[in-house]
Formats: sequence, C-alpha cells, structure tokens
Amino acid sequence: MSTRFLEILGAWLLAIIWVLPLLYAVWTAFHPAEFATSFTLMAPLTLDNFRHAWDAAPFARYFINTTMLVTLILVAQFLVCTPAAFAFARLDFPGRDTVFAVVLVQLMVMPDVLLTGNYRTMAQLGLVDTILSIALPYLGSAFGIFLLRQTFRQIPQALDDAARLEGCTLMGRLWRVYVPLAKPTYIAYGLVSVSYHWNNFLWPLVITNSVNTRPLTVGLSVFASTDQGIDWSIITAATLMTSAPLLVAFLLFQRQFVQSFMRAGIR
Amino acid sequence: MRRETVQGWLLILPALLLLVAFTHWPAATTLLDSFYATPKGSRPPRFVGLENYLDLLDDPVFWIALRNNAIYALWTIPASVILALVMALAVNTAIPGRALARMAYFTPTMLPMIAVANIWLFFFTPDYGLFDHVIGVFGGGRHNWLGDRDTALPAMIVVAVWKEAGFFMIFYLAALQAMPPDLKECAALEGSSRWNFFRRVTLPLLMPTTLFVLVNAVINAFRLVDHVVVMTHGGPDNATNLLLYYIYQAGFRFWDTALAATLTVVLLFLLGMLAWFQFGVLGKRVHYR
Amino acid sequence: MIRRRTLLAASAASLAAPAVVRAQAMKLSFYYPIAVGGPIPAIFDGYCKEFQAKTGVEVAPVYAGNYGETLTKAVTAIKGGNGPHLAVLLAAEMHSLQDLDILASLPDVGLDAEGEKWMAGFYPAFLANSRADGKLWSVPFQRSTSVMYYNKSAFAEAGLDPEKFPRTWAELQAAAVKLTRKDAAGRVTRWGVKMAADTGNAQWTFGGLANQVMHQLMNEAGTETYFNHPKAIEALAFWRGLASAGAAPEGVSNWGQLSPDFLEGNAAIIQHTTGNLTNLKTNAKFPFGIAGLPGKDGPRTVVGGGNIYFFKNANAAERKAALAFARFLAEPERAANWSMRTGYIATRPEAYETKVLKDYIAGFPAADVARGFLPVAVGELSTFENQKVYAALTNNVQACLNGAKTPAQAMADTQAEADRILKPYKKA
Repeated sequence: MSTRFLEILGAWLLAIIWVLPLLYAVWTAFHPAEFATSFTLMAPLTLDNFRHAWDAAPFARYFINTTMLVTLILVAQFLVCTPAAFAFARLDFPGRDTVFAVVLVQLMVMPDVLLTGNYRTMAQLGLVDTILSIALPYLGSAFGIFLLRQTFRQIPQALDDAARLEGCTLMGRLWRVYVPLAKPTYIAYGLVSVSYHWNNFLWPLVITNSVNTRPLTVGLSVFASTDQGIDWSIITAATLMTSAPLLVAFLLFQRQFVQSFMRAGIR
Repeated sequence: MRRETVQGWLLILPALLLLVAFTHWPAATTLLDSFYATPKGSRPPRFVGLENYLDLLDDPVFWIALRNNAIYALWTIPASVILALVMALAVNTAIPGRALARMAYFTPTMLPMIAVANIWLFFFTPDYGLFDHVIGVFGGGRHNWLGDRDTALPAMIVVAVWKEAGFFMIFYLAALQAMPPDLKECAALEGSSRWNFFRRVTLPLLMPTTLFVLVNAVINAFRLVDHVVVMTHGGPDNATNLLLYYIYQAGFRFWDTALAATLTVVLLFLLGMLAWFQFGVLGKRVHYR
Repeated sequence: MIRRRTLLAASAASLAAPAVVRAQAMKLSFYYPIAVGGPIPAIFDGYCKEFQAKTGVEVAPVYAGNYGETLTKAVTAIKGGNGPHLAVLLAAEMHSLQDLDILASLPDVGLDAEGEKWMAGFYPAFLANSRADGKLWSVPFQRSTSVMYYNKSAFAEAGLDPEKFPRTWAELQAAAVKLTRKDAAGRVTRWGVKMAADTGNAQWTFGGLANQVMHQLMNEAGTETYFNHPKAIEALAFWRGLASAGAAPEGVSNWGQLSPDFLEGNAAIIQHTTGNLTNLKTNAKFPFGIAGLPGKDGPRTVVGGGNIYFFKNANAAERKAALAFARFLAEPERAANWSMRTGYIATRPEAYETKVLKDYIAGFPAADVARGFLPVAVGELSTFENQKVYAALTNNVQACLNGAKTPAQAMADTQAEADRILKPYKKA
C-alpha cells in the first residue's frame, strides 16, 4: 500500500512541477507588476496587464494571421496527403515504392532545417512575407502521408470491393469508405498539426516582415524583445492570451483527443 | 498505360511536387551552395570546391555547437522519453485526479515555446527567480543559471524536456490503453511481480511506440531551438549554441550563405545517419504487430 | 469588432499578396526597433500620421524587435526583394551595411549643400558612426549614451552621498563593494553594480569601458581592430575585477533583466541606456539618480542607439520623401517631444532651446544629465562584418566573466578572431 501511496505522490509532484510555469503565468498576469516576483496571498487582482499587452501590439491581427495559417495548413494537408496516402496504400503502379521512399526522406529532413534554401525559393516566387509562404513548406507532409497510409492499409479490402461493385468511382471510394473510417487518424493528426503550427517559430520569424503576416509566436517575440527590460506581468499576460485558444480547446476535448490517438494507431 | 498507373501518379502528384519543391530542391541547392563562397555585394558567387568544409573544420564555434548539440540530444532524448513513459503509466492507473494530472503533463505541449521561454527566464533569474527562491529556502546559495557556462546548457535541456515529455506521453498512453486487459489478468494469475510484468510484457509491446517517439525526439533534438533564441542567444560564450541556431545565425545574422549552407549539409548528413540507424538497425529489432 | 467581409478581404489579401505593395500613392515602409514598456509604437504612429497630413506621404512603421532583430529583418527583406525604404538601425552597422551593397548614401538620397549644412547641426558625437569614404550614410535619430542609474536609497543606506556618483574606476569599485548587501545566511540580496554582457549588448558595455581608458578599439575605416592592447586588456580586467571584488555577480548578466533587477532593488547601480529613463521614472518605487559613466581617471562614455538609413531599393522620389521624413523627425519641437517621452537625447542643440524641453528639464533635471557627457563620448565599435566581430568579442568577454579565460587571453583570442574575419577587407 505504501508504494502505491508513493507512486501517487510522485505522479502528483511531477504534475505540479509540470504545470508550475503555467501557474506562475496566471499569477503574474492577474496581479500588478510589483507582485511578479513576490507572492503574497492578499495581492490585489487586476486585468490591467492584459489591457496593456493588448494595446501594446496588434494581437488581434496576429490572431487572425495564426488562425488563417493553421486553417490553411490543415485543409491543404488533408487535401494533399489523403490521395497520396491512398495511392501508396491501395494502388499498384510502377515506381510506387521508390516514390514512397522519396517521400519518407522528409520525416528526417524537416523544412525547419532548410531555412536558407526555402527562403531563396520564396524570394524567387515573390512570396516573401505572405501567409502562404509560411505554410508552403509544410503542405506536403510526409508524416501525414505515412500515418494515413498506415490507417488506410488496415481498412478491410472487402469494404473497398463492395463499394466498387456498387459502381463507386475511385474518388468515391476514397471519399465514402476510406476517409470516414480514418476519422480518428485525422483528428489525431489534426491536433498534432494545429499545435505544431500554432507554436512554430523559426521559419515564420525568417519569412515574415510585417504585422499583416506575422503569426502570434513571432508577434510575441517582437513584443517581448526589449530595449528597456523585461516586464514579466505584461509578457505573461500576452503568453496566456496567445495560448488560450489551444489550451481551452484541449481542456474541452482532451478525452476525445486521447481516444483518437488510441484509435488512430499512432503507437 | 494502365489506368491504375495514371491514377496512382495523379493522386500522389500534388504531394510529390510540394515535397520536392520544399524539401529535396532546397536540400540540393544548399549542397550546391556549400561549394561556393559567400557572394559579396553584386559580385557573383565564386566556386571554391571543398574550401567551405575545410574552413568549417577550423571553425571552433562549429565544434562547440556540434558538441553542445550532442550533449543536448543525449540528455533530452532519454529524459523526455522515459518521463513520458512514467507519466503514461501513472495516468493509465486509477490514481485520484487522473484527468487533472494528465492535463498538467500535457499543457507544455500546447504552449508556444517562444512564450514559455520568457517564463522560464524568470525561473532561472539569479537571486530572486523561482529556483533561487526555492534553493534559498533550503539554505542554498544563489546561482546565475543562464549566465554561467556550466549551467546554461543544462537549463536549456530542462526546458526542452519539460516541453516534450507530455507530448510523447500521449502516444504511450494511447498504446497502453489499447493493450488487451486479459494480458494483465494472465500475469496476475501466474503471480508475476509488477516489475516483471512491465519488463517482460508491457515494455516489449511498447517497442513500436518507443521507436516512433524516439524518431520524434531525435528530430526535435536538432529542430527545437526556439528557447535558445529567446533565453540565451547561444551564449554565454557559445555554451548553448546548437547547430540549427548556428545555421540561423550564419544565414540571417551574418549573411554568410556559404557557412549556413555548409552547416546545413552537415546537419542533413547527421540526420540521415541517425535515420539510417533508427530504421535500419533499431527498426529491424522491433516487432510490429 | 471586425466585420466579416473586411476579415475575408484581409485574409485574401494577406494570403497571397506581399504585404508591402508599392502602391500608386507613395507609401514608405520603415523598419523600426520597438522597445516594449514604453508607449513607443503609439508615439511613432503619431509622428507618421502628422507627416502624412503635412506631405501626403504615408510612412508605415514596421516594429521588428530589438536592434539585432530589426537588422536581421531589414537585410533579409531587402535580399528577398521586399525590403523597407528606410530603417532605424544601430549607428555602428554602417560599414557592414555598406559592404552588403544595399545602402544609399545621403548624397544619393538627394542631400544638397543646404542639407550638408543641416547635417552639421547634429551633435558631433552622434555623427561619429556616420561617415565613411568621405560620404555621410545615416541621419542620427534615436540616440543615447551609456549611463549609470543608481538607487539613491541604497547609497544613503551604505553611507554614500546620494548626490555624488563615483567619477573614477577606483571610486566606483569601492562604492559597489559598499553597496553590496548580504543576508544572515551570506546570500547576496543586493549587488553593487550590474553590467550587461549578453549577445547584442556586451560590445556596447565594453566599448564604454575601452573609452574609459582612452582606448580606440578600431580604425575609422572599420577594417582593423585593436583588442590585443594593454589598455583594452585593462578595461576587461576592470570589468572582471568587479565580480572578483564581490561587487558584481559572477558570469553574464542579461540586458533585459537589468531594469527588473534595478526596480526590484537587486542591483544598486546598472549601466543602461538613457532611453530607459522614462521607463524607470514611471516604475521606480525609490529615488534614483542618473550619472555619466566613470572612467579610469574621470568620466568617459560611449554613444549608442540608432540612426536612420536609406536603402538602394527605393526610387528617386521615395528617397527624397524618406529624407524629408528624417528631417521632419529632427525638427526641434519633435526632437524635444521624442526626448521627453522616451529619454533619448535630442540629437540637435536647437531642441534644447524649445520652451517645452526647457520647462521639462527644469522640473526633471535628470533628463539632461546624459547630454552633459556628450563631449566625453566616442562612437561605438563599428567594423566590417560587424555582427561577426561583435560575436567574437561577446564570446570572449563572456568566457572571461565566467572565469574561463584571463582578460589577456580573451582579448588575444578576440583579436585573432577579428583578424581572421577582417582579412578580406585589409587593402594592400
């Protein structure tokens, strides 16, 4: 019994350590600046930090940019990876395995490493400082293709055959049989993709120059790098604002997320 | 041509075009760039053969960044994977407040690194930061965590592990929950201890997950430098300079395209070797179901 | 509230079209290093609106992070074919920017004889980093000197005269030792002095120290450096010595953390920019003073901050408008306003003749302290491949402050590295 008790204690201790930065952010963001470094129970609450942060930088615009970016990537990845994964999983054509190997290269050679090369391509295409340019390198996702291919391969061939007998076209089968059955994979992959791109930093930092394209992360870093010194109250308020949508979404749907991961067979 | 061939190629074409345009093509041009000197002003680039690579061998910062990255990888990868497994095992049993604990482990994944780095900056602040506060309570002295060459890299490692463990936990958790419950009952009947059960049954069954998580952990060990940008800029004295950060510095701070290209090629080569090792060597020893 | 249609239109526009479209009506893209904590973007937007009302030319400021980040952004954007027409960048970047072949010199943006005369009206110290190849390359704007802020309560508590700031190194070190306070357990609760040594700032701190022993770190052409010199070593030894004496913390202190440290009472003296004065004035809960840096024998300091640069990618009309904007910002009333609202030093003596600034200084004398040190200020360290040389210096300074290298070793290594970097620029 006592080892059990110790295990629970350990699990909880770990949980507290893990959530500590968030707790600190909440504390500091809701209290006046002088309590950023001293913790008194009776400290007065305030929303001023949020107001200052909101006024100090065009966060509304950054939110729109990030939302557009994440949506664009998600939809495009879905549209691009689904047919490719299906072809790799269920069609037989010459060159298939070679091309699949070529695709898998991207699992290790992530676009993040190819900053300079991709920057030049974007400059040649005249796309520097556009939201499209932030998204482009990630649209053809080897991870997405790989994951969906695994899922599609586990779908019983009999279902496919039945649909074919009923006169379904190739696209019809993909759309009516494969996509619905792979829903958990889509949800799980969608979660990974959204959280990745919501939080992605280095490439957007390099490729964006203006308020109209900057995603939240870059906006936040511009806002936080300072000539006069760090103001933790305002920075934590901004941090909470920028991560709130993802955090709330996860809180609401966490059970579904874990279950989709389970069913998606990412394991 | 067979109909299926046409269909197959048409279906993969969009993905293939995008992948080639933004992964293979830049990789190829980068390799090419690495044989040219950095162009100055309007002068055209000059072919220099392997000179950039020879310069790199002489560049002390490159060796420091390489060594730092090796240390960073050797700590973050095992630490985050083991912690992820521990977390998953913890919230897979019926502990009180399971949902809360699971959420606590997972939140770092949801927060942008760029934002939490500022919070960690406060934790590491000497004298009145959180760590020095806590250490002070136990009678310890102050420490300039990020300003000291010996502790700056460990500080970066701590932040990275904190950020990643919860993400990997989800994969382990999904795998654990998919395990047939009758396995456990069998083991209980045979009277095998929990540790034995874990070592003999759970761990082998988790091997495919571990491989998957490991691949991601390795990638992140070379990809995740956001916190370095915010917290240390690679300092003090390059103590936290990592390969990708050095690439960023070379390419976008010094505008030394030759150095940036050469570094990128080295990093790609490293990643390739690691991929070969993981899929070729480890992959063969993992039994997929 | 943002209407849905506007949102859609905005989305469509920013998805595909580069954000800076050179439209028919003239619009200048202007990169600007933002500093949070002050309401600087708002001040700036105000100036741009005023300029537009007066001339019809729209200036769109792009806040792009600190000096280093703004430099990165501006140059990267120009190389990507989408760059600003003008930008505020560190005055010390002149040689590097020139080398990149992206700058338009002042004659190239249409500075005539009358303009030459106008340029001569700036404080000479602020033009120290503007001249190369017999031409002027930038217009002083957001300028400061390195100063020290000190906590007067702490001075009084340590038995020092709050109205008399140290003037020599020996006095500074002695005061800093006295100001350092420890608790019962022997932990330091207040440091005597803190100076920034992180990336982007170490070279500025060190530039000040070098001038304090009357040592010039580079030649005017920016092709040679003089780090491996007894005086440079002496400057670094003094910096390192503050930690050895227990008056400053071991290792590297971050620029961004100096203000919180000071406001928190954790550091009694910090070396910072005049541009931080308004921020500290608003947030300090104790009386504080501002003083020029001491020197080995007497006060000497280094100028800092940003100048306005013009870029080649602007056409003739845009260049002309950009220069007009720079002159607009330097008008006495505006320069006075800028100085009062930020703490930066107004770049021209006329600004100090305006009634508003005179009244302001009468009520807040600290605002005029830094200007008094301009006669003993020199330009910043500025060479070709500036960022690389800065990195070499920063790394070695950090190694020295960490105790990993002696000052002599650190300076010798910096010199060797700088020689390697600058080799291609040494003309035979």
